Amino acid sequence: MPDALVQIRDLHKSFGDNHVLRGIDFEVEQGEVVCVIGPSGSGKSTLLRCVNLLEEPTSGTVLVAGEDLTDPDCDIDAARRHIGMVFQSFNLFPHHTALTNCMLAQQTVLKRGKKEARAVAQENLDRVGLTDKHDAYPAKLSGGQQQRVAIARALSMAPNLMLFDEPTSALDPELVGEVLTVMRKLAEEGMTMLVVTHEMAFAREVADRVVFMDGGVIVEQGAPADVIGSPKEPRTKEFLRRVLDPTHVTPS
Amino acid sequence: MSTPTDSAPTRRPLSPRKRAQRIRAVQYTVLVLLVAAAVFFADWPQIQDVFFRPDLVEKTITSGLGHALFNTIVYTLGAFVFGIVVGTVLAIMRLSQIGPYRWIATVYIEFFRGLPALIVFLVFTLLPLAFPGMRIPWDPYGTVWLALGIVGSAYLAETIRGGIQAVPKGQVEAARSLGMTSGQAMRKVVLPQAFRTMLPPLTNELILLVKDSSLVYIIGLSKEHYELTKFGRELANQNVNVTPLVVAGIAYLIITLPLSMLVRRLEANAGKAR
Repeated sequence: MPDALVQIRDLHKSFGDNHVLRGIDFEVEQGEVVCVIGPSGSGKSTLLRCVNLLEEPTSGTVLVAGEDLTDPDCDIDAARRHIGMVFQSFNLFPHHTALTNCMLAQQTVLKRGKKEARAVAQENLDRVGLTDKHDAYPAKLSGGQQQRVAIARALSMAPNLMLFDEPTSALDPELVGEVLTVMRKLAEEGMTMLVVTHEMAFAREVADRVVFMDGGVIVEQGAPADVIGSPKEPRTKEFLRRVLDPTHVTPS
Repeated sequence: MSTPTDSAPTRRPLSPRKRAQRIRAVQYTVLVLLVAAAVFFADWPQIQDVFFRPDLVEKTITSGLGHALFNTIVYTLGAFVFGIVVGTVLAIMRLSQIGPYRWIATVYIEFFRGLPALIVFLVFTLLPLAFPGMRIPWDPYGTVWLALGIVGSAYLAETIRGGIQAVPKGQVEAARSLGMTSGQAMRKVVLPQAFRTMLPPLTNELILLVKDSSLVYIIGLSKEHYELTKFGRELANQNVNVTPLVVAGIAYLIITLPLSMLVRRLEANAGKAR
């Protein structure tokens, strides 16, 4: 059996006195879609940001495609080329159009020519359903459209792993669907995805595996039907009850 | 009117509208009186003779005002370019991870911001005397660009640092997550955005530099290197009349007023774009 695409071993991360990740062991197979759920402050975004080293782990190792990113001699910029990331707040470059947002890193990082970069960018914008918005600036796009441009921008680098950090949390409710649809399509095409999300329906339907985190550790993981459908751990039950039925929560 | 208050001289309070009308009337009256006094009592022919003597206006314009204006612009722009380049380097040093870079930049900025520009100019006039072998290239332009640029860069550095810090952190994260190095992220993503927000304050600094370029007058210059102030002052001294300085002053306004209007427009646009 080939090694998993992402292998995380005994990962710890502290911000000062705040011990956010307390020993995470965790793998993502090639082609797998993993959703990470959990209460805010549980460390799930930090875990995701450790995978492309936007956050430097305090200890432990992060291997992506067999390469140890926590090795001080690792060329992290080269490794990040193959790891796409989509942020909660989109983080599009406001001084670039949708098209040039998708071209910039291709040209500066992959050294692709303008023509090739443009063709790849166009293809990926079409892929996320923005055929008619190529020349629009981010300020002229809705949140859902901006997030789809952000996905196209990451895809333009031909990543073999996509990280999603609460991609729909900043969106108006009626715009969530268009982004989730694009992500679902990506999953069906076989993209390896690690998704931090609060969208339980998406996790249940699209994920191959759901990971529940609380207090900086993985509490429970498994098939979505098990973790979301019939959780074993009391903390998972309590969290899901609060998320799935928020009108009947008794303040503790 | 047979009310009981009839005989008593009590005044009814004015309505707010009437009160406002009266206050306005008083304000206009004062203004009219002041203008009238100025018109009647000032010695207009004398004033015109000192400040706006037509033959001297003409003489000032024809005897090299254009060239002096050109020199002022050259001095200012050279210093501005120098200041932007050095200021950007200083700003990046101030944001550096490496302590000594931060300290050096901070000391430079605080030192030259706290010093009168005049003193820097005086030092530069003495330097070639103090170091006999020393020559600053493109003299006197190089000297002026250096002196004015050193002072300007200290101010510009703070403006540029503010602009860089105003770019949201997520922009750098997005750039780095795409595989850009920190240098590429700075050049391709942060600086272009920073310069856009900095454009109004940078234009303000340019206006200040235009005015500071007048300090050149204390450097010994040959005639073809005169800028507006020195040029106006020489003519004013020769003719014992203020008119050439007034004309030079108006020439400054020809540069600075459009820049002020540009700043206002940029600020309005920046408000819309965000």
